[in-house]
Amino acid sequence: MLKISELNIGESSPLQTLDPVSRIDLIKYAGASGDYNPIHTIDDTAKQTGLPGIIAHGMWTMGNLSKLFTAYIGEGFVQKYTVRFAGMIFLNDVVTLQAKLIDKKENDLHFEVNATNQKGKAVVMGNVVFRLH
Amino acid sequence: MYKHLIGKSSEKVLNLVERGAVKKFAEAIGDPHPIYIDREFASNTKYKTNIAPPTFPITFDYGRIQDSGLPKAGLIHGEQEFEYVRPLFVGEEVYCYSKVTDYYEKQGSNGSLGFMVRKNSGEDKEGNEIFSSKSIIIITETVRKGMKHAENLRT
Repeated sequence: MLKISELNIGESSPLQTLDPVSRIDLIKYAGASGDYNPIHTIDDTAKQTGLPGIIAHGMWTMGNLSKLFTAYIGEGFVQKYTVRFAGMIFLNDVVTLQAKLIDKKENDLHFEVNATNQKGKAVVMGNVVFRLH
Repeated sequence: MYKHLIGKSSEKVLNLVERGAVKKFAEAIGDPHPIYIDREFASNTKYKTNIAPPTFPITFDYGRIQDSGLPKAGLIHGEQEFEYVRPLFVGEEVYCYSKVTDYYEKQGSNGSLGFMVRKNSGEDKEGNEIFSSKSIIIITETVRKGMKHAENLRT
């Protein structure tokens, strides 16, 4: 595997495509995070709020996106992680995660990160600073 | 609507980076890497101990900000940021609190939107910051109507 410190500016980490979003994914995240807002798990509540159906927790997607960096944990750590939630993820959506190196400053690698749905729309976009040890 | 909250903080709450909770969280984000879960693996790493995923602080209790009265359901999470001095270690104790740093309203196409900006912090026993996070929560008019609906259901 390539080291994260060997990436060149403009290069991306390998894309990761997740399995279609399932209700059990969101039930598990609700339990693990303590966020039991029913719009993420219960259809009726989601529909009452005007949504076509349940939506993924934004934090579920943000959590998933951070795993692009876990493989490199021997080299450093995620020092700063910022995202904007730009769209919703529904059941059965297929989410693809990507990270692109945009700058290097001393020990800090600056990445642009995003999660896109099957239509190519970025639903979560943000930045990661990976600090090398 | 919530401008009076700017500058208000919660009391510090003691949280534990609990091993089982970290494992469950790592699995729920599809990232069951041994750095989070396996003691043996961790003993050969820089920190000699398991760490928690970067977004794990979302699980902590940050205490209650007095008079905030924000509904639990129906808010839109606009933005989120985490910033670390170092990763969180499994088993350590963290003192967490929350502060409202800003509130503003903007006119959107579907009525006015409220933006609540909060900073959450996590410190060690000596008061040294380990991490901080910032969140922007959007309160829409539709959501306010939804809140009323939920209240009617409850009563």
